[in-house]
Amino acid sequence: MADKVLMKGNEAIAEAAIAAGCRHFFGYPITPQTEVAAYMSKRMPKIGGLYLQAESEVASINMVLGAGAAGVRVMTSTSSPGISLMSEGISYIAGSDVPCLIVNVERGGPGLGGIQPSQSDYFQATKATGHGDFHLLVFAPSTVQETVDLISDAFDLGDKYRMPTMILSDGLLGQMMEPVVLPEPREPVDNKDWAAKGHQGKRKHNVVNSLYIEPLELERLNVERFEKYERIKETEQRAEEYLADDAEIILVAFGASSRICHSAVDMARAQGIKAGLVRPITLWPYPDKTIRKHIGHAKAFLSVEMNMGQMVEDVRTIVEGKKPVLFFGRTGGVVPTPKEVLEQIVKINGGDY
Amino acid sequence: MAKVIGERPKALLDVPLHYCPGCTHGIVHRLVAEVIDELGIEGRTVGVASVGCSVFTYNYFGCDMVQAPHGRAPAVATGVKRARPDDVVFTYQGDGDLAAIGMGETVHAAARGENIVAIFINNAIYGMTGGQMAPTTLPGQVTQTTPYGRDTSVAGNPIRVCELLSSVKGVALAQRVTVDCVKNVKAAKKAIKKAFEYQMAGKGYCIIEVVSTCPTNWGMAPGDALQWLRDNMLPYYPLGVYKDVGEGEQ
Repeated sequence: MADKVLMKGNEAIAEAAIAAGCRHFFGYPITPQTEVAAYMSKRMPKIGGLYLQAESEVASINMVLGAGAAGVRVMTSTSSPGISLMSEGISYIAGSDVPCLIVNVERGGPGLGGIQPSQSDYFQATKATGHGDFHLLVFAPSTVQETVDLISDAFDLGDKYRMPTMILSDGLLGQMMEPVVLPEPREPVDNKDWAAKGHQGKRKHNVVNSLYIEPLELERLNVERFEKYERIKETEQRAEEYLADDAEIILVAFGASSRICHSAVDMARAQGIKAGLVRPITLWPYPDKTIRKHIGHAKAFLSVEMNMGQMVEDVRTIVEGKKPVLFFGRTGGVVPTPKEVLEQIVKINGGDY
Repeated sequence: MAKVIGERPKALLDVPLHYCPGCTHGIVHRLVAEVIDELGIEGRTVGVASVGCSVFTYNYFGCDMVQAPHGRAPAVATGVKRARPDDVVFTYQGDGDLAAIGMGETVHAAARGENIVAIFINNAIYGMTGGQMAPTTLPGQVTQTTPYGRDTSVAGNPIRVCELLSSVKGVALAQRVTVDCVKNVKAAKKAIKKAFEYQMAGKGYCIIEVVSTCPTNWGMAPGDALQWLRDNMLPYYPLGVYKDVGEGEQ
């Protein structure tokens, strides 16, 4: 059993990626994720890896496309405005079926917004990371340890399904320090037979491409990709439940806000209110099976988010009006307090909604 | 009895090209393929196709290919080359791709001395979208979006890419060629071959700008287009070597 070390969330992201066999990192500094890049710039040259600072997020995501197309395990990290700039490249990467890891350490928006933690990129991450019909596998860790564990899975599943994956973190998880057990280091994988890496005269040429000018061909490929997404929805949903089995008020929260909800549930239980928590770990595919399980015994659902109400739309879609689905959120980089959430629980418990 | 004086290069797949009659893309494709054949590097070459008329480049070359977003070919090529340093990596870009939307990626790839070759087709117009102004459109030149001729006081001035990049440290070779006649075709091939050789020697970023025609969007017959190129483009875009680090290191 490896020792626990105290690590900053952002640095743990970098170390976990290296442990997962990633040797190529392209990025651009932006608060509050810059430690990922700084850490990579220090570590990569010492292990024969590459840290390359691009001239922009636009360039860095396209370097990721190139390296991913050439078959190596590759990642970038950025924060919210950087994801907007990367959205073009992410769409091409998805259209080219190239695996890579994209880390978004979210901050407040829109626009330049702020630098404090936020979850206001939920829509962008789960519905439209770029133009066109596609999805990313999106993981939302709630601790530094879970971030580390999910990075390994994100790389593996990205390779398995040949698609880009995202770790949706936030400024709180990125900047906090927690004890963490790092995974056993793995060797880089280099076995992708579809990649554009030089055919060495041994096979037909590979083309990594997202252009299909013939509509029926493009439709066929999109349909195929969505069939794959259906398989992923069946097999890759992840969620954690906390005191949810007998709960009457089911909180739904991911990432940093789920930690606050965890405390709020404890506080509510201490008052005799049957509150519980469902914490989606995958935001796409969304864990609808876990939510659906609780519709019968719940009096109401409360989606708690660090935004103006984004994930709540997915919860409402799943609950289909069978129970009230309420929302509480803070925005602009404000982190809700357990007490604020408890107040909402108490109100809902009293039928005040 | 016909005498075969030149066979199709192996690196150019035996498929019909989609380019318009009189367009010089076909010639340049052939030159790149001949160079790949002569250097014996098809198995370790990766081409990066850009957006524009040459987007289907990936269907024509026998080497592995990646298709990049508009203007981002230098960044995509950077990713390929950094992932596979032993591969030979080239981009094939038009003027809109390289000098407009992708100018940032171009200058920075050059400044990094990124060990790639850029084949840059400059025909002073946007071909794929149907003949709009390019960053290289000449003053006074009529295009769909400069219907009264390019007015530099409104639309700005054409960019001379080789001159611009010749000032960038990291560039190993910046040469402007054309393919309007046999002599120039031979010179163009020599330049392209030198660029590939420089990459294999690790010298840095090489750009070969090919002053080209667009008979369709210029509204000319192929022969007239070549003459227009000589009369109008070459005076503004003089052929020549703008930077060459030579055999030594930079």
